[in-house]
Amino acid sequence: MTVRLAVDIGGTFTDVALAIDDQLYATKTLTTHDAPERGVLTATQVVLDEAGRAPEDVDQMIYGTTLATNLLIERKGATTGMVVTRGFRDSVEIRNENRYEQYDLNIDLPEPLVPRRLRLPVSERIDARGRILAPIAEAELTSIAGTFAAEGVESVAIGFLHSYVNPVHEQRTAAILADLLPDVELTLSSEVSPEMREYERLSTAAANAYVQPLISRHLARLVDDLAGIGLRCPLHLMLSGGGITTVETARRFPVRLVESGPAGGAIFAGSVARELGIDDVMSYDMGGTTAKICLINSGHPQTSRHFEVARMYRFMRGSGLPLRIPVIDMVEIGAGGGSIAHLDALGRIAVGPESAGSQPGPAAYGLGGEDATVTDADVVLGRIDPDDFAGGTLQLDPGLSATALADRIGTPLGMDATGAALGVSEIVDENMSNAARVHTVESGQAVETKTLIAFGGAAPLHAARIAQKLGIGRVVVPPDAGVGSAVGFLRAPVAYEVSRTFHQRLSALDITGTNHLLESMRDEARPVVRAGAPDEELNETRVAYMRYIGQGHEVGVELPINVETAVVDEGSPAEFLSAYESEYERLYGRGIPGVDVEVLTWVLTISTAVPKADLAPDAPTAASSPTPTGTRSLVDPDTGHTTLAATYARLDLAAGQLVPGPAVIVEPDTATVVPHAFAARVGAGGHLILDRL
Amino acid sequence: MTGPLDLIHKNVMWNRLIAVVEEEAQALIRTSFSTSVREAGDLAAAVFDRQGRMLAQAITGTPGHINSVAECVKHFLAKHPIETMDPGDILITNDPWLASGHHNDITIVTPVFFKDRPVGLMANTCHVVDIGGRGFTPDGRQIYEEGLNIPILHLAHQGEVNQTLVDIIRMNVREADQVVGDMFAFASGNKVGADRLIAMMNEFGIDDLEDLADHIITSSRDATIQRISELAPGTYHNAVTMDGYERPITLQAALTVKPDEIHVDYEGTSPASSYGINVVLNYTRAYTTYGVKCVVAPDIPNNAGSLEPITVSAPEGSILNVQRPSPVALRHIIGHLLPDTVIGALAQIIPDRVIAEGASALANLQLRGGASVAGDYEGDIVEFEMMHFNNGGTGARPTKDGLSATGFPNGVRGVPVEATEAIAPIVFWRKELRTDSGGAGMFRGGLGQIMEVGGTDGMPFDVLAQYDKAEHPARGRGGGLSGAPTEIRLASGTRLRPKGQQSIPPGDRLILALAGGGGFGDPLERDPERVAADVAGGYVTIEAARELYGVALEPDGTVDTAGTGALRNRR
Repeated sequence: MTVRLAVDIGGTFTDVALAIDDQLYATKTLTTHDAPERGVLTATQVVLDEAGRAPEDVDQMIYGTTLATNLLIERKGATTGMVVTRGFRDSVEIRNENRYEQYDLNIDLPEPLVPRRLRLPVSERIDARGRILAPIAEAELTSIAGTFAAEGVESVAIGFLHSYVNPVHEQRTAAILADLLPDVELTLSSEVSPEMREYERLSTAAANAYVQPLISRHLARLVDDLAGIGLRCPLHLMLSGGGITTVETARRFPVRLVESGPAGGAIFAGSVARELGIDDVMSYDMGGTTAKICLINSGHPQTSRHFEVARMYRFMRGSGLPLRIPVIDMVEIGAGGGSIAHLDALGRIAVGPESAGSQPGPAAYGLGGEDATVTDADVVLGRIDPDDFAGGTLQLDPGLSATALADRIGTPLGMDATGAALGVSEIVDENMSNAARVHTVESGQAVETKTLIAFGGAAPLHAARIAQKLGIGRVVVPPDAGVGSAVGFLRAPVAYEVSRTFHQRLSALDITGTNHLLESMRDEARPVVRAGAPDEELNETRVAYMRYIGQGHEVGVELPINVETAVVDEGSPAEFLSAYESEYERLYGRGIPGVDVEVLTWVLTISTAVPKADLAPDAPTAASSPTPTGTRSLVDPDTGHTTLAATYARLDLAAGQLVPGPAVIVEPDTATVVPHAFAARVGAGGHLILDRL
Repeated sequence: MTGPLDLIHKNVMWNRLIAVVEEEAQALIRTSFSTSVREAGDLAAAVFDRQGRMLAQAITGTPGHINSVAECVKHFLAKHPIETMDPGDILITNDPWLASGHHNDITIVTPVFFKDRPVGLMANTCHVVDIGGRGFTPDGRQIYEEGLNIPILHLAHQGEVNQTLVDIIRMNVREADQVVGDMFAFASGNKVGADRLIAMMNEFGIDDLEDLADHIITSSRDATIQRISELAPGTYHNAVTMDGYERPITLQAALTVKPDEIHVDYEGTSPASSYGINVVLNYTRAYTTYGVKCVVAPDIPNNAGSLEPITVSAPEGSILNVQRPSPVALRHIIGHLLPDTVIGALAQIIPDRVIAEGASALANLQLRGGASVAGDYEGDIVEFEMMHFNNGGTGARPTKDGLSATGFPNGVRGVPVEATEAIAPIVFWRKELRTDSGGAGMFRGGLGQIMEVGGTDGMPFDVLAQYDKAEHPARGRGGGLSGAPTEIRLASGTRLRPKGQQSIPPGDRLILALAGGGGFGDPLERDPERVAADVAGGYVTIEAARELYGVALEPDGTVDTAGTGALRNRR
């Protein structure tokens, strides 16, 4: 018997899930923003009591937090300095010289995390091949250290040009500063993100340095506090890339904790996909402010090395800070239950990204909110029962929803409240569908063949309609969807990813050099994973990011390297080429004959085996039909018609039972809408499976 | 179908069209070769109805291209009426007078067939890395020196590639693989867009785009006219003088506001130049409408309807309506100043919605190395042609500072120094903000940047200079001062000309200091705390704080209130 505990600190709630073998206990408590570890302790105690366990019984704890993300969004990190190559003080301020919005003359650009007066240059220069063009002027570091000390700098990022090829100057600088400023934390761009492109690499290094002191202290306190209540098991951290790691690694590279909660959600969807044996999945997580979409193939969430945090302008690409870290690849748009609907200059309905949040919240809450939100539209369209919302803890007022919708949307357009609600719902669903479609196409995949796995409070209300818009035939709403991220933590492997830029022409691949590189990456990743998984069998994957010479965007290709020997040999270039060509053709239709291929970046991941999910046998169709709890009027967005829909309590449903649409299946945290064009059945694992007729 | 659901569906499809063209743009970016497209985003992608009306444009792209392609498709339809097109046809041109004003931009148009009938067109315009001739320089004296002209032709007819055309292009450009590869990347972008458009029509059960097009165009036009009707009618004049190549050039605009139209006429503008900085009317129209739109109706989607009420004319033979065989390769240097020109006229009506002048013209670092420029240099010589996109500062805004080292009006992205150094034998020794280059004002102009570039191991190279604002810096507004002018010189001291091909001798370096944007409002009214912060960050020197802003600072960098009061009262 193993007892595993997962805690996910979100913006509003701290979710806890406790797994004792197959038995799951879960709870939610409000996040305590002043001292997040307090909420962790409270929630942990609650769930342990419920399960009748003591802290000493816990074998492993996995922890994910939005703290790093919030520090970046709210700009509440440490006073941070940067040491940069002389002549390049402004790489993080000049960015890519682009305006992310074409027509708005009043946009603001994302402010660098480190102000210019604390970005200090040192004379040194290394070229693109790693040759030293100018040695480092070590004496200059003394006055730099003096400035940092005088300014109260707690953390320093060191970022020199071409350090991804030759990190020696960054390393030397770190050694000197460590002597001069023993209490200051140091981040090397060549360690946190050893990849070409100075703006992205330095932005990542700055972000790591910026969050490091606070995260480090928080984790230290958490470890102490947990020990204080008797929890003595290893603490592991959820990473943005979907693996878990040790506290030591998290303290060194805290930027890798960004968006670890949503990553847990994607892992959760991945495990549901494996459980149901579905290879081709899109996960759809919709909460109060945003919706997140992730592609999951063969149970594995798609990953990426590009991410932008703290977007400040309608979630627009380019309006945030770029991070080059391993992440689960998600698109996030400002579409949640609290998203506010309004009319644009052309009298068109627009939804979000502004959200009514929980205070005052949607008009229906009766807390003084007068804006019409997506939740208000869902109330008016009959999807949410005003008397049974959030497990009956919050009584909703549909009259207020109708008034807000009529006032803000309907009347100017000559529609009634229902017409307005339908418009709001259709636009927000279209926005999410478009984001999902563009993301899928960018990944070179077809959207129609996917299964949609929906979780988060608002997703089951909209999932079937989004499936219709995307041409998807099946929707799955898993149980425990309300604490999906925390459950996902329990199902994540111990894993660590390392990347390096090593620019090579495939036709002239340096075989010895490549093996040397892979070996050094392996040496870096393996101890990190071993620390979290001392005895388990480890898997290794290697991905090379390649492109036709002259192109600017690379395609990641998993390298066909013999697993036992794990070395590159004379035959490898031809094998790599053919792997690249088939991946390129899959993405873009056809390759380009006669053009050589080059490798830019190598990524090596070491991980424990992804915990196996038992393939749940499909439940045989039950002879009995479930008993509705009642009926309500439900508007179908496809036809605009109002029909009478049966309502069911999800807890009453048994495996194998069928629920024909139109119907609404209610559970404490959410409700699943089954439109007339769908039928739902209950799977053996308690999943609701909606199939289009 | 009419009623609320019909209206909702139309608006949903409108959103969808924008996603369709964005997919088109992303597909071609990811498969293209030219730095200009894949890194810099120097492109446009759009969807058109049967009549050639632009319905939606991709979010990614530049205004010069997008508003040019909006006009260009009409020329394609004039030569090849849509009912004569076949499935599998792909049309191409790079004619400056039909498209976006220079040979480097290739426009690809693909008809979309639904139920065996052409229902619309996908089009894109993108900048390729080379098109032959002298290369990307203003030194040409006739269009014939500026490389290959491709009239409107079939790149593919009924699915069959026009191999004759491909062979001719291949033999006439410097980087044949890249250019030809790009043409097919652009065509496949259109294919992606067309597939998505067809899927949308199936989903919503429509057989043509006419109803949807009318809805998009009518509502966009009406909303634009509504905004125009809120402006005081009349004719407003503004002139911008710029360096030019062989002599200064004046851009003279008369902007007339009528209840339902804004017309910009450029009568009085300088005649054509003998060098390749001239602008065709299509491109003049593109940047003029863009400038007006940013101020008057920035939030209304850009399409044929919103463009219709903004009209443009320029005298034939003037530098803004140049005729064959004048050279045009670097037409953007002038084109990029047109928004400033019309914004200066609009400033007389709505001073609180306009910005000060900026560096505006994109400042590409276009370098060439190799035997043709090495002279008697005896070290290693590498053949290369390299372009690095750069920008100065934008003009200050009525309530905000300008943006430093950021492109306006161009919409392109810069390229990382590390990426450029990895492919070209050069070393950047400096690329950072240029202190005191932002025009002083209550709100400060954006800073330009200063770059210092040498050849690897001292190798000589040429710069194909294409810079403006050296003699005529960006002017401030409402009492704001001008930004710093462009400067170009050798590290050894010799000043270079802002335009034209020139040598960087062995061991020397090129220093290029880009212009800053103009300030907005009286600098003596700038919050002294902001001035102190600017000094602490090194954006402004302590001397400029004193001289221009009337702000005195204590030795620790905080504001000397009494000293500042004295300085400011003195004026």
